[in-house]
Order: sequence, then structure tokens, then C-alpha cells
Amino acid sequence: MNNDDNYGNNVPQIVAFCCNWCSYAGADAAGTSRLQTKPHFRIIRTMCSSRVEPDLIMEAFRKGAWGVLILGCHPGDCHYKNGNYKTDRRIRLLRKTLAQFGIEPERLRLDWVSASEGARFTRIVDETIEAVQKLGPLNLAVPCEVIHE
Amino acid sequence: MTRIRPNYEDRVSAEKPEETIYERWVGGLLRYIDEEKNMRIGVYVCHCGGNISEVVDVKKVAALMGEQADVTLARDYEHMCSEAGQKIVLDDIAEHNLDRIVIAACSPQFHEKTFRATLVKAGLNPYMLEIANIREQCSWPHFDYPDYATLKAKDLTNIAVAKVRLDEPLGSKAIPIGKRVLVIGGGIAGIQASLDLGDAGFQVYLVEKEPSIGGKMAQLSRTFPTEDCSACILSPKMADVPANSNITMLTNSEVVSINGYVGNFEATIHEKPRYVDVDKCVTCRVCEEKCPVKVPDEFQEGMKNRKAIYVPFDFAVPYRHLIDESVCLRLTKGGEVCGLCQKVCPHDAVDFNQQPRTHEIVVDTIIVATGYDVFDARLKKAYGFGKYENVINGLQMERIISCDAEGKPLRDIGKRIAFIQCVGSRDEQVGNEYCSRICCMYATKLSQLLKRADPSREVYVFYTDLRSFGKGFEEYYKRAQDTGVKFVRGRPAELTEDRKTKKITIKVEDTLSRQMLESEFDLVVLSTGMVPSQGTESISKILRLNKSPDGFLREAHPKFKPVDTLQEGVFVAGTVQGPKDIPDTVAQASAAASRAIRLMNQGELEAEPITAQINEDLCGACGTCVSVCPYDALKLVEKEEKKVAECNEVLCKGCGSCAGACPTGAAQQKHFKTTMIRAMLDAALGVDATPGKEA
Repeated sequence: MNNDDNYGNNVPQIVAFCCNWCSYAGADAAGTSRLQTKPHFRIIRTMCSSRVEPDLIMEAFRKGAWGVLILGCHPGDCHYKNGNYKTDRRIRLLRKTLAQFGIEPERLRLDWVSASEGARFTRIVDETIEAVQKLGPLNLAVPCEVIHE
Repeated sequence: MTRIRPNYEDRVSAEKPEETIYERWVGGLLRYIDEEKNMRIGVYVCHCGGNISEVVDVKKVAALMGEQADVTLARDYEHMCSEAGQKIVLDDIAEHNLDRIVIAACSPQFHEKTFRATLVKAGLNPYMLEIANIREQCSWPHFDYPDYATLKAKDLTNIAVAKVRLDEPLGSKAIPIGKRVLVIGGGIAGIQASLDLGDAGFQVYLVEKEPSIGGKMAQLSRTFPTEDCSACILSPKMADVPANSNITMLTNSEVVSINGYVGNFEATIHEKPRYVDVDKCVTCRVCEEKCPVKVPDEFQEGMKNRKAIYVPFDFAVPYRHLIDESVCLRLTKGGEVCGLCQKVCPHDAVDFNQQPRTHEIVVDTIIVATGYDVFDARLKKAYGFGKYENVINGLQMERIISCDAEGKPLRDIGKRIAFIQCVGSRDEQVGNEYCSRICCMYATKLSQLLKRADPSREVYVFYTDLRSFGKGFEEYYKRAQDTGVKFVRGRPAELTEDRKTKKITIKVEDTLSRQMLESEFDLVVLSTGMVPSQGTESISKILRLNKSPDGFLREAHPKFKPVDTLQEGVFVAGTVQGPKDIPDTVAQASAAASRAIRLMNQGELEAEPITAQINEDLCGACGTCVSVCPYDALKLVEKEEKKVAECNEVLCKGCGSCAGACPTGAAQQKHFKTTMIRAMLDAALGVDATPGKEA
């Protein structure tokens, strides 16, 4: 992701993990309805939000993401029965741990977007970009290499 | 011609066995990839006929991608999905020995399968393909930021290149598929689909929650624009259902759960007791005469009463009595209360001890045809439905006209009748933006039936726009005008009732002549639209089907897969997918049946190739994956004196929950391995992950 928005401004970098069935389709729906969003995010598609292990989220922060979005199906709507509940539990725990790494918990957001909720997708992304922009780039308290070892 | 890279993990463990576990934690995986072997990637950037190229500088994206490591060539082209576009890919693969392909175009939802087929044609494994979604997720939502959109398109393509570098050829197992179908909903859509499937020799289970099949069509008077009597054309079809030996009909029954997948759906169906033995009952109606309980008749839209023991309607299938357990004195109060029906029944058919039954069936495909509900006009408060006795809805008018024709009038109609269109449709106040597509024509039908039955009546139709788009509709509308029905363009804001006469005054602006009209009517008919039925709501939860913003079920593709859903083996038919009239419903039902037949006639299906995979060397048999797997696909087994997890690839649906939970990285999801997601992260975050360089 380019840190420069072509006008010399420093813009946030956000990684959004979207599940294939609801939130990725929701992002498509936003595009199909031509709803305009700030572009400073990159979607990585997984089959289910429960595929996203905490390690990958930490890695995104380590590699310079200002924020990470995890988007899944609404509770009860998971294509794989209950993957989103697993994600929910996992992200709650991870958020508690983040502060210890010097990462503001607000940089990690978990939310639900269904395949038809293009407007909701747009709103969540815009909100996240705004929130993260306020926080600025991520300054890790401890170099990540140390954390890993 | 094609070269397939050996499995990356095999190579890592062969060359650097001690590194494998370590690597997972450090995240420097890309260091060892392809140091000695060059890949040949082809990148194609689609213009999508301007949809992409008007916002994104596609030539620049292609040029930038051409500079990436391992990219042998990068091109841009007008329409990649066209035959000419696919031919370019085919030719390039042959000429340049490409071994993996990236297409930067529309969402993978649309053409991933198309291009996978292209790769197969070229002799490559279909999974050596990545789609960069630069239309729905770049050019369309970011045309406000054109400069940045090009940058983002480049990044998205780069992410796809990073992923395709690590893609591995996948194969899949064949799973058998039989010839059993579950049709949910016994309206005209479900009936048509069941008959088509039954006639074609497939075993059908038709489940209907009401005591009779027939659905809403059974209540209609006549059908537009031909004015066939609805009951007369529907009842023979209804009778064909039990007559067809391939169809098992379950009425008064509801699907409560469905597990499994295409080729092996396990459905649980609850059948409510009828309290009447259908084999003994001959529908002599003696019981009905004696029954002391009177309740509003649903079939007559509450305008007439029925008894607690009743036959749903005159051409019900099955044409047998049942007892409404919510109102029957014996069944609500217990003991020896009432029981008159049992005493008078000459055939001893009444059985108060009947119990609910549960049917467990296994089917290969499912057709959902749970129909619609009529918009609850009470939500449109200004029209006073439910409050004013002379304001009724369209379906009530259908019943009134039907019963008039039989010489058993339900109520007085009066001389001045008004229809108000778009009640609950095209109305953001009630949250329904969509057009219900049938109301214009049924009002046109009902109004001229009323006028023709008694030419002295004055019939008005107040409409927003009159939409007569179907075959023969415009001609039919013309006939209504000729009959003397007055069509006024205007949407009444409010209705008021005269307290004494109970007549209704409508105030409306005629938007064509720009005049305010105020007039009194004996009867006002609200042309209520369609809303998704309650059955649709519950079945969408049970089958985890997606809904469109309007609440109706969403089809897999609006143009080319109008009856498929994203759940393989599940199809939709009729108004469950969106408002439509009878011909469209029947066409869609036959389409759903033929799509289901297409699948089942193959005899076997390709199982999902994106499954879990366990690296037994890393597996510590902790059982975490076993506990998170939603399909019981994983279990712990003894292997060579070591306990490890094992994945059943037929059961595995490839969600990746196990991979997300595994503490050692032993459980991996094919096509979405941790290494692959990490490579995508690197590309997304601009970390230089070019092979050979430090990550």
C-alpha cells in the first residue's frame, strides 16, 4: 500500500479481512451501488472470518498497518454455521492483549456486514479510516522482532 | 508444456527441515521461495468496456505489473471475459509457457469460474488463477479519487500476484449425487417444480406449512390478462401432485432444520397433527355442522367464519378435514369437553390423540419456494386499513369477487369503488422501495371485473405510474379503460371515514390535470404489494441463504443464475426471490427444476477442493481443530504410533476455522494457507516481498 496519496499527504493503511460469503459480497454491493468510500484500505478475502488467526492480525500491525478490520457475516448468518462466533471470541481476547503491545485497541475492529449491506460496509470502512487517521501511524512500543522472539 | 512447481511446504521441509516451525513465528517465509526457479505469471488488466478504464489508468497498471518479479507479461484488454479475451490468455499460455494467471477485472463472484475453465482448457490447474477485484472494489467505489484508484488497482493486482506465486494445483474428490429433491413451499411455484421433477423421474418431497397446497394463487378470482378462473387452472395441477407416484406431499408440516450439503442434505420436518385420520375421513362435513366454535376463515381473508374442524377450501389438496388446535374446545381445554365432531363422525376419523410427527429425510438438492406475504396495510396508517370497515386490501377483493361468482357474496360492494395503487410498494415511508409488479395489473383486472358485473358502478384507480409491461398487459389495460374504469394519476395522501355512513372520502391531486379531487366512495381497495413471507425469513436462517436489500432471497447472479443461490444445490423459485406474477413464477419454478436436474443427472459432483490439510509432523494432537470444526470433518487418529488430526475431505467445506485456531500451524487451509495470506499482507502493506529479498 502506498503511504503517499499522491498529494504528499500521509494516509492511513488499513487491512480489511473479509469473508467470502457476506462481507466480501457486501463490499461488492457497495461498489455496484457506486457508494463512494475512502480508498485507503485493502481487502484480503478469506473463506470465513474464523480463518483469520490473531497472528495474521499482529503481523499486519507489525508490517505497518494503521488499522485492521475483520468483517464477517451477521451472527446467525455464517455460511459455515458458527465461524463468526469463534471470530468474535478470538477478537475480544486479542483486543485485550493489544494494549500490552502498545497498540491502541481501537485500531482493531470486528463488525458484521451482510451481502446486501453495501451502505453498511461503506460506513464501517469510512468510520475506521477516520478513527485510525486520528490515531496516526502505529508506533510500536517494542520492536516486533523482540516480541516474536 | 506446463510446469507445476512442487509443493512449497514439501520443498521447505526437504531443504530446511529445522526452519519450518521457526518460520511460522518469524513471518519471514518468503525468503526461501523460488530462489532457483522462475515462475511465469501472466497478468491481464480488463477495461470492462470503460467500467474500469474510465477511472483506473489500466495501461499504467499493466505497465507497472509487467515490472514485477516473475511476471512474464502483463496486458490490458477491453473485455477479458469475452471469447477474444479468453483466447488471448490461451494463446499466451501456449506461446509464453505461462504457468499462473492473474486477471484484474470484476469481482471473482462473476468470472472466477470462467477463467478457471480457461486455464483447464490451456492444460493448467484451475487453481493457478487469482482475480484482482478492481471493478466492484476499486473503480466503482473510488471514482471520487481517480489518482488513488489507479494506485489501489495496482496494489490489488499486486496482492493477487503475491498470492498466485504461492498457489498450488488442487484436485478434488468426486462425491455421489442421487435423485432426491426437497421442495419447500406448496404454492404454484412449489407445485410446478415438484411436478416437473416428479415427471422427470426424480423423487420429490413437497413440504407445505398450511393444511393444503395451493398457496396464494388458490385465493385469486381470475388471472390477468386472460381472465382464466384461477381455481379452475390451478386445481388440476394441485390434484396431479398426490397422483404423482414420485412425489411425497407433506402438508401441515414445517422444515425445522437442514444440515449437510449438496448430495447429502439432512432435513428434519415437523408435521403437525390434523386430529383427523385422512384415510378414514371422506369429507362428509357432518362434523363441521356440529362444531360449536366459529373463527375467522383465513382463506376468505377473515370476511367469513369457519369452524374449528374444517376443510381449508373447496378444492383443497388433501381434501380432508382437520382440527385447528388453537381454537378447538377439546384441544384447548382438555378432558372430555365438547368432542361433538368425534361423536357424530360416521367413519370414526376424529382422533384427539394424534401426535406431531417428525420426518427425517435425506435429499440431494433443495428448491425454496416459500412465496410472499401480503403487505400489512395497517402499517400505512393514513389509509385506515383495519380501522375503517370499508377499506379492504387487494386479496380481500379477490375473495369477494370469487364468492360473488359462486353466488355466495361475502359483503356489500356498493356503487362507487376506488383502488389505491402502490400500498406498501415504491414507498420509502414503509421501507419498501421496490415495485411489487402485480398490483397495477390486478387492479386493472379487479376494476374491470367489477365494472362489467354491474356497469352502473363507478370504478376509479388512483395510480402512481401504471406499469403494464407483460405480454398482453397493455392491451388489457386499454380494455379496462374502454370498459369505463377511470384511471387517475395521483397518490391519495389520506382517507377519511364518515362516521355515520361509513363512506370513505379520498382527497387526491390529479397530477396530470393538476387538479385537486375530493370524492366519496362506498369501498376503497388498497392494492397491497408483496413482502417476503415469514417462511422465507426462517428458511433463509435454516439454509443460511443471502437476502437482497429488499428482504427477498438473493439469486447467485441476477442475469445468468437467476434461480441458483450461493449455496450449491439450493435453488429458488417464485416470489421468494422477488415480486413476480404467475407466468414468471411458473417459468422460474420450471427453471429451478431443470437446474436441479442438471446437477443431479451428473451422478457425481466435484467436492470442494479447498479443504483443510494437516501437516502431521507439526500436529501435536491437541484437538483444537476437532473442537472448532463445524462439520465434524476432523478427528484424532493413531498413525504410526503417533496421534494426529486427520481431515475427511468429503465432509470438509473449507471454512478454515481449524487453520485459524491451530496453535502450531499444522492445520492449513488449501488455497488460503498462512503463507499465502502473509504474502498478500506483505503486498497490501507495501512490504517488498520480491523473492530473494528479505521480507
